[in-house]
Amino acid sequence: MSDRPARTEEEVLDAIERRRRRPVRKLLEDRITLSHGAGGKATHTLVEALFLAELRNPLLEAMGDSAVFEAGTGGPRLAFSTDSYVVSPLFFPGGNIGELAVNGTVNDLAMSGARPLHLSAGFILEEGFPIADLQRVVASMGAAAREAGVTIVTGDTKVVERGKADGLYINTAGVGVMERKLDLSPATVRAGDRVIVSGTLGDHGIAVMVARGNLGIEVDLESDTAALAGLTADLLDAVGDGVRCLRDPTRGGLATVLAELALETELSVMIDEPALPIVPAVHGACEILGLYPLYIANEGKLAAIVAPEAADAALAALRAHPLGRDAAIVAEVRPDPPGLVLLETSIGGSRVVDMLAGDPLPRIC
Amino acid sequence: MSMRFVDEYRTGDVAKRLAGEIAELVEPGRHYKIMEVCGGHTHSIYQHGVEDLLPDEIELVHGPGCPVCVIPMGRQDDAIAIAQRPEVIFTTFGDMMRVPASNGSLLDAKSRGADVRMVYSPLDALKIARDNPDRQVVFFAIGFETTTPSTAVTLLRARAEGITNFSLFANHVTIIPAIRAILDSPDLRLDGFIGPGHVATVIGTRPFRFIARDFQRPVVVSGFEPVDVLQGVYQVMTQLRDGRCEVENQYSRVVRDEGNPAALRAIGQTMELRTTFEWRGLGFISQSALKLRSEFAEWDAEVRYEVPGVRVADPKACQCGEVLKGVIKPWECKVFGTACTPEHPIGTCMVSSEGACAAYYNYGRHAGRRRREEAPAPA
Repeated sequence: MSDRPARTEEEVLDAIERRRRRPVRKLLEDRITLSHGAGGKATHTLVEALFLAELRNPLLEAMGDSAVFEAGTGGPRLAFSTDSYVVSPLFFPGGNIGELAVNGTVNDLAMSGARPLHLSAGFILEEGFPIADLQRVVASMGAAAREAGVTIVTGDTKVVERGKADGLYINTAGVGVMERKLDLSPATVRAGDRVIVSGTLGDHGIAVMVARGNLGIEVDLESDTAALAGLTADLLDAVGDGVRCLRDPTRGGLATVLAELALETELSVMIDEPALPIVPAVHGACEILGLYPLYIANEGKLAAIVAPEAADAALAALRAHPLGRDAAIVAEVRPDPPGLVLLETSIGGSRVVDMLAGDPLPRIC
Repeated sequence: MSMRFVDEYRTGDVAKRLAGEIAELVEPGRHYKIMEVCGGHTHSIYQHGVEDLLPDEIELVHGPGCPVCVIPMGRQDDAIAIAQRPEVIFTTFGDMMRVPASNGSLLDAKSRGADVRMVYSPLDALKIARDNPDRQVVFFAIGFETTTPSTAVTLLRARAEGITNFSLFANHVTIIPAIRAILDSPDLRLDGFIGPGHVATVIGTRPFRFIARDFQRPVVVSGFEPVDVLQGVYQVMTQLRDGRCEVENQYSRVVRDEGNPAALRAIGQTMELRTTFEWRGLGFISQSALKLRSEFAEWDAEVRYEVPGVRVADPKACQCGEVLKGVIKPWECKVFGTACTPEHPIGTCMVSSEGACAAYYNYGRHAGRRRREEAPAPA
């Protein structure tokens, strides 16, 4: 091994961090694999190296949950977002694909600080799909929209041959209006800020995984799917400028959201493992399946990065809302090591929390 | 299910007390290398940051017990060849999906049209066979003695139910010959072993006695929670202080000295030792793997399908072998973190969550740096 240039551990790690922060220019695969849809590094690479490269513009480059722009010169500021839903099974404890499709897009808008107004809904239906099931899904969408205070104002229907789709796929897009003078963006995050999650982590992902019925385990657990516009409004009313930015930790979980934040801000995030709110059923299922709640999808939770002096008031505001009862301060932003999320474990050790490289599990949202 | 059971073994107070007691056992000026054989331990050590609690004098060396890591490239090529047959539904544990072979991984084969499905147990694969009588279902059987019994039981059930559209591509390996190969290799100095708790659940503690008897090294068979691992380190260190070399059982809440006779019987009924088997990075080790007995030829994918069966050399730059033997640390590999990353692994150690390289990259990097930064400046 004498031909090996002697690198110290430090040099190797520095090289890795430089590499991690480099924009990705090239996809190495020649076909789409399931990893590209898992929300981790492969998804990130696909978006940066292909979609962003081909479609680049200032609004897209912000890579937020929504694009925020002025409607004409001097017009109102609007938020615009879209998301597609391919969950299997379509019906699961705590909800179905219809509620998910409404709440998901409402939440993307809410995370940018907007009041969600109107949604579109596109349906891709597989030949042979039961009308009664479609009726149930659409009825749920109506109920979810009323609950979230939005209206579904335009739509589209396509039917594909049997075998060309998994029953039903839904795409929704939404617009909201920015009524507050707020700059919710990672650029405002500072060392010392706290990360608050609005409730227990991993409920949706585990509920759906178990509902597929092929794991041979049973848990008493429901998806947390919910519209967060009301909760967000309460939080912003209470602490306003104290909120730096909001994220909804869906696919890829809280870990992915924080890893992206650390990379974007060149700051570090230290998670306090014992502080993470996780229900025993999720904890147990994750132990059995070899998963981590930090990476599991949520559909009714937000992560708020707040100024240290606003943390207590923000926590109180969240806990006062039914959807934020279990809110907890779970992490702190620190200056070092830049771009990296660390976790202090329950035994007092620590480790890195990175985005997942890929995810061999079937899709969950 | 009561999760208190797990949490009890993750208590900060207990862990810190144990760490303090371990530190007191360190002889000044001595450096200790303790190998955890099992990938499950490697994973737990990094997941919980166990090394942060150990004194600098104690180095944990990651051993060969990661089932995904030891499968050689040629076998992975064979698996993909089977998976690409149009009549086959190829079932595998999730970890194996991303292991690189000569021409991409199973995940790549799947994206090219192969019917590859992830299962959590071989019994799930058998169920797929039952549900798809017009297809051939093959299960990619890998793992040490921990997973072998479930494969054996599945095989017995397939025979009992007369399910003939099901077969196994058997790659089960045995841990003892691998440990012996490491002890025989001249380039490694180890002071003791954390024995694999799950394997010992099946084979018992007796097969590990040769390590103490012939190689004069302490072995402590340990559980997988962080407090278990710390307790294992404590017991190894105590033996070293006392000048003892014994096989001790830290994991007695699960492991019996004689193992699990029913599981061993099922293995013996269905499988027999291969003359030799190639291990990734370690080369051919005689009598280190299992194949199906001839009376189960009908369920043997190697008999049923023509596979290339070619030995494929590891990529030149890959040093998985040295990592698996504990000769080098993951970061000392030439391609670690540059050409070889979890997104685009070259070697198997970077794929499995139990692989030393993936564990270090995903969880453990910067741990050493953190420790150095937190240590008081020298006077």
